[in-house]
Amino acid sequence: MAEIRNYTMNFGPQHPAAHGVLRVVMEMDGEVIERADTHIGLLHRGTEKLAESKPYNQSIGYMDRLDYVSMMCNEHAYVMTIEKMYGVTPPIRAQYIRVMFDEITRILNHLLWIGAHGLDVGAMTMFIYAFREREDLMDAYEAVSGARMHATYYRPGGVYRDLPDEMPQYEPNKRFNDKQTRVRNENRSGSLLDFLESFTDRFPGYVDEYETLLTDNRIWKQRLVDVGIVTPERAIALGFTGPMLRGSGIEWDLRRKQPYEVYDQLKFDIPVGTNGDSYDRYLVRMEEFRQSNRIIKQCIDWLRANPGDVMAHDSKLAPPVRTHVKEDMEALISHFKLFTEGYCLPEGEAYCAIEHPKGEFGTYIVSDGTNKPYRLKIRAPGFAHIAALDEMSRGHMLSDLVAIIGTQDLVFGEVDR
Amino acid sequence: MSRLKKLEKCVVKCLGDLCLGTKLAFDEVTVEVAPDNIKSALTALRDHEDTRFDQLIDLCAVDYSEYTEHLEREWDKPRYAMVYHLQSVELNWRVRVKTFLEGEPPMLDSVIDVWPAANWFEREAFDVMGIAFSGHPDLRRILTDYGFIGHPFRKDFPLSGYVEMRYDEDKKRVVYEPVTVEPRILVPRVNREIAKQNEQGE
Repeated sequence: MAEIRNYTMNFGPQHPAAHGVLRVVMEMDGEVIERADTHIGLLHRGTEKLAESKPYNQSIGYMDRLDYVSMMCNEHAYVMTIEKMYGVTPPIRAQYIRVMFDEITRILNHLLWIGAHGLDVGAMTMFIYAFREREDLMDAYEAVSGARMHATYYRPGGVYRDLPDEMPQYEPNKRFNDKQTRVRNENRSGSLLDFLESFTDRFPGYVDEYETLLTDNRIWKQRLVDVGIVTPERAIALGFTGPMLRGSGIEWDLRRKQPYEVYDQLKFDIPVGTNGDSYDRYLVRMEEFRQSNRIIKQCIDWLRANPGDVMAHDSKLAPPVRTHVKEDMEALISHFKLFTEGYCLPEGEAYCAIEHPKGEFGTYIVSDGTNKPYRLKIRAPGFAHIAALDEMSRGHMLSDLVAIIGTQDLVFGEVDR
Repeated sequence: MSRLKKLEKCVVKCLGDLCLGTKLAFDEVTVEVAPDNIKSALTALRDHEDTRFDQLIDLCAVDYSEYTEHLEREWDKPRYAMVYHLQSVELNWRVRVKTFLEGEPPMLDSVIDVWPAANWFEREAFDVMGIAFSGHPDLRRILTDYGFIGHPFRKDFPLSGYVEMRYDEDKKRVVYEPVTVEPRILVPRVNREIAKQNEQGE
């Protein structure tokens, strides 16, 4: 009788479906995965250690680079922990702006996920569609912070500045003449809120388009239905959060269960799955597109009607007005102090978590009463999810591994930190 | 009774003698347990009907060796702390369990049987802080490079590390060399409260 034995196969770290730098060493029985040994850490930059050597505000930019497809949500968890320890509440307008940008970020994140997930299992078109919409949202990022991705927009005590009254315009070039440029600039003629409103009017139609392409698509279903099933009990025990937990049928959303900012005043629904397979998680995220869109609409209406401050009045946290710096000695000193030494947090420890597009993103700060964190721990949702990759992929075919990586919505910036 | 007080009471009741003390700060409850009892304490918190902490959210190691450098007192506890952040999906509350430990390497029971989620979190704590978990089936490094030496998040590990790597054209492979980066501090660590007190004292 011929000797039959398993063989080992390496996947990644430079594979298009590895979503960055994932390496999996698999023990295969034919084309069936017996065991998957996941190697992470190829993108480890020591963010937590770096943050220990810098004043609190200087690490906000590092947070953007953790999960680099949902930038502002990472900042949010970090600044919320600082606010909790410092004991400051941002003005209500700042809270609405944060919620609005959190939801924009959620759409940005899910758009990248659906694009990449589609690409992984063979739906090429999705990627191009998703990036068309991402473009508009990144323009909103740019209008408000000056950067298309790494915004550093949220600050302890509020947000860096108020929403702009006008959007940047396209200029005519070789490809687009004057008339075409006018058409391209049509929804950019008003303020950022007008621009976002035109987006929210269009977006549900786009989600319908995605669903037409995918939801009942035979190939899509063959690749996702019954792949990577996680039972509700198992999902909780494995530390799953976010869409991964909701896909297994548990109605758990920090925005609703442990509301922060102004989420308790907004109307939105929490979609849950029933079978806990990849297809359910796909449906959950598709519905989150629509719910996020709904939240953004409510925020736009509120922000239009309620102008006001976007930063708490605290000279230790907020930089003084520029003209005051030139005339007032006190303002000059507090400006200098804030941008060099920063501010001190009281001694102690705090943990704050938000409902990040991928799950629960939290930061744990241990402060020794100085201007720098003594220890910063980042709780990344992807870390707990990818830890279950072995369990989820056992008994599946090699090609299903790619679908499972896709459904976990991994970004190695946050997994490796 | 506020929810936090109630939570504190439930946790104390559930742990009984295992609880060494609780602390309420920043709207969070922290309980301290002895390192030898960590597994039984966490199992009790998971299974007790009043607490029901069914989810391990985070597990983090802290090195307290330089903690009091900017405070005017001495550190009277062991050097390392393991911090467990638990959440109950059923009862919708959170608690932080803390245990202080010493030794080289510091040893602690693995809680992988209590929550499977602890697997990678413990590997991470071992990798970055050098905490050894007895009963962990697969305690390998996870975040740092293959063949890495040392535990980078310990306070005595320099920020710039010990080695740097580059591709060597002659040897046709990546080589490791001692770091050439000069360590520098751009902004010093200060405790403004204590600095102010000292100024007034002079």
